[in-house]
Amino acid sequence: MRQPNSTPTRRLTAIDGAMALIVLLLIVQMWLLSATLDAYLAGHTEVVLPGALISGACFLGCGALYLFVVRLETA
Amino acid sequence: MKSERSREPLWREEFSIFQADERYVSRRQLTKFLTLTSLAMFAGNFWILVKSWIRAGVSYPVRTVAQAEEIPVGGVKLFEYPGPQDQCILLRPSENSYVAYSQKCTHLSCAVFYSAQNRRLECPCHQGYFSIEDGSVLQGPPTRPLPRVILERRGAELVAIRVQESPEGR
Repeated sequence: MRQPNSTPTRRLTAIDGAMALIVLLLIVQMWLLSATLDAYLAGHTEVVLPGALISGACFLGCGALYLFVVRLETA
Repeated sequence: MKSERSREPLWREEFSIFQADERYVSRRQLTKFLTLTSLAMFAGNFWILVKSWIRAGVSYPVRTVAQAEEIPVGGVKLFEYPGPQDQCILLRPSENSYVAYSQKCTHLSCAVFYSAQNRRLECPCHQGYFSIEDGSVLQGPPTRPLPRVILERRGAELVAIRVQESPEGR
């Protein structure tokens, strides 16, 4: 059931905010991937595991935000 | 099979969503695309992690690559190590000093050569120069040093024992 204060405009603003956060997380992930690849090719393998973990956390964040957007849309 | 009566009208098939809902649908689809891109980024990082684990388990062969006296001072010898596709260059910069590096430039994989006049390894493609002391970059577009082949002298033989990706302490 739709919330009384959940007007279409507010929902759209929330969705836009979530999308902006996803874009930010994606930029972090892109930088992380290029930095990790560069370090790996240079033989610095100690950064590879933290890189993968942080990238996984960013993906989970994106997934959570996507579910948030879907939930808002169907609310 | 559906009868003609139960079929949805044509306008409903062609415009399956209301105009007011369109902005939600387009946003949801873009969000889905961005989330899948995020998954691809994570897959890339995970792939690097797996490659790193695989590489950690690799053992390098111990192989004689040259006879010490066959290379004159200031001379070079090309050899393959650790695999037949991995071209390396062995230098003898002074009487008792032998160093070997991968011949692939770390920029775009052109073959580097030894410039005895300038006492450095040079890449002809984009003028990347490497030190013969430790393979570090002296100038040019490469950002990473040349992988060094660790040599051991056993009598008259020069034996390659492993590959070091970056100089110690870097």
